[in-house]
Amino acid sequence: MMKKLTLSALALVTAAPALAAAPVPNPGNNAWMMTATVLVMLMILPGLALFYGGLTRSKNMLSMLTQIGAAASLAMIIWVMWGFSLAFGDTTYEGTLGLFISGGSYFLVGTDMNSTAATFTDEVISKYVFISFQMTFAAITAALILGATAERMKFSAVMMFVPIWLTIVYFPIAHMVWAGGGLLFEDGALDFAGGTVVHINAGISGLVLAYLLGKRRGWPQEPMPPHSLVMTMIGTGLLWVGWFGFNAGSALEADGSAGLAMINTFVATAAGGLAWMVIEKLAGNKGSALGFCSGVIAGLVAVTPAAGNSGPFGAILLGIISSGVCYVFVATVKAKLGYDDALDAFGIHGVGGIVGAIGTAIVYQPWIGGPGDGSVALGEQLGIQVFSVVVTIAWAGLGTLAAGFLVKATIGLRVSEEDEVNGLDIAEHGERAYN
Amino acid sequence: MKFIIAIIKPFKLDEVREALGSIGIAGMTVSEVKGFGRQKGQTEIYRGAEYSTNMLPKVKLEIAASDEVAAQVVETIQQTANTESIGDGKIFVLDLASATRIRTGESGETAL
Repeated sequence: MMKKLTLSALALVTAAPALAAAPVPNPGNNAWMMTATVLVMLMILPGLALFYGGLTRSKNMLSMLTQIGAAASLAMIIWVMWGFSLAFGDTTYEGTLGLFISGGSYFLVGTDMNSTAATFTDEVISKYVFISFQMTFAAITAALILGATAERMKFSAVMMFVPIWLTIVYFPIAHMVWAGGGLLFEDGALDFAGGTVVHINAGISGLVLAYLLGKRRGWPQEPMPPHSLVMTMIGTGLLWVGWFGFNAGSALEADGSAGLAMINTFVATAAGGLAWMVIEKLAGNKGSALGFCSGVIAGLVAVTPAAGNSGPFGAILLGIISSGVCYVFVATVKAKLGYDDALDAFGIHGVGGIVGAIGTAIVYQPWIGGPGDGSVALGEQLGIQVFSVVVTIAWAGLGTLAAGFLVKATIGLRVSEEDEVNGLDIAEHGERAYN
Repeated sequence: MKFIIAIIKPFKLDEVREALGSIGIAGMTVSEVKGFGRQKGQTEIYRGAEYSTNMLPKVKLEIAASDEVAAQVVETIQQTANTESIGDGKIFVLDLASATRIRTGESGETAL
């Protein structure tokens, strides 16, 4: 009897960990993350495509839309082949290599319907959902770069650049910042939804690639006004809506942290949009539609790393400061230094991302209403944030230089002068946007 | 017969049309045109980049009138389209050799 009892007790003991090892996703969290994932998809197509497309001249509209759609699609396919592995794969490497990449799970081997991914609490979500959510981030980051290179980069060059760039730049940076064991993750860098991984990364990469490509023919002497600010405004609205998936989804659960990210994504953005127009007025011009759209994006970008790491008023502050700094870059610095960041991917995403990443150290603090507990002093957190910014800039800059040179040396980056004058729609795709 | 071409500010179109209607002008051709004169162009600013366009949008009216009403038409347009500011436009009067109504084949002043 005694022996029997002991045996059944043992059986219970061994069974318990087996049960705990297979947690079931909460349907609420799963449903929210699936929604958040498609919201990020909405940011790419049609959000970003229309935002950028409206800013081009009408002869390059389809080229912009097509490049974004195709680059994002290519990123999705690569993500399930080796992207997820390098960023969040099941095999963690010991030592230095593990700081930069992971491995295993190639072609999603070992993943099925019952696989789960950890969140920030004891909850789990379905792994396929997590893989899809992160996939959209890789896709939008690759697409963001194309704003800097608009109106002159060959479609084939885009399609060759994107896989190389994702592999040597995006996947390692995503691992460094978001994966356990990653260099910046372990360092304590705060990046809620991708200020470094997405925005600084895309901005710097765009700047470097724009530099490798050279200026558009006729820029800046020839006027190149946006062909449809209506499209740009529609794109801005879709980006803002989609950004709730991007930011609040980065909580990985439908919890209070997601709620905080949500309200911050409202108020920082509103403050950014208004601030840009006020700055235009103070500069002696008129508050403009494009100014509003630019401020909205500047606010969204800056609040991205701070989404769940700030109180609402810290977020408002970030939105205002981001608009101011981005304004100076796109309206003054760009003209002075003469780089043709065509649609201001660097000027708004790169610069706003830097403001947000560094500013997060401040708005995280409890004395400004942030969710931090004050255990890491402001000075120390600032140091960590600046380090993460510097690492991202260096990695993105050098990686893009390598990928860009490789494309330039093989198939070439730029369309012919004739194609550029005729417009990329006809030259590269054989269609016209408006007939 | 006279052929009157008037270039006016677009926002004055309705007022001018009404005023011409009240003096018995029953038809005109209106086109949206661009041009420049003493008013020069306007400045557009996109993210701090200033583009000065040297053409401004205007409305062009074309009116055929009998010799008796022509002077009255010119006077009406001049008074109605006037805002006393630069860029109000100009009125040109040309001699009109003939006019034909396509439907009936009538010609001369009866075709107006």
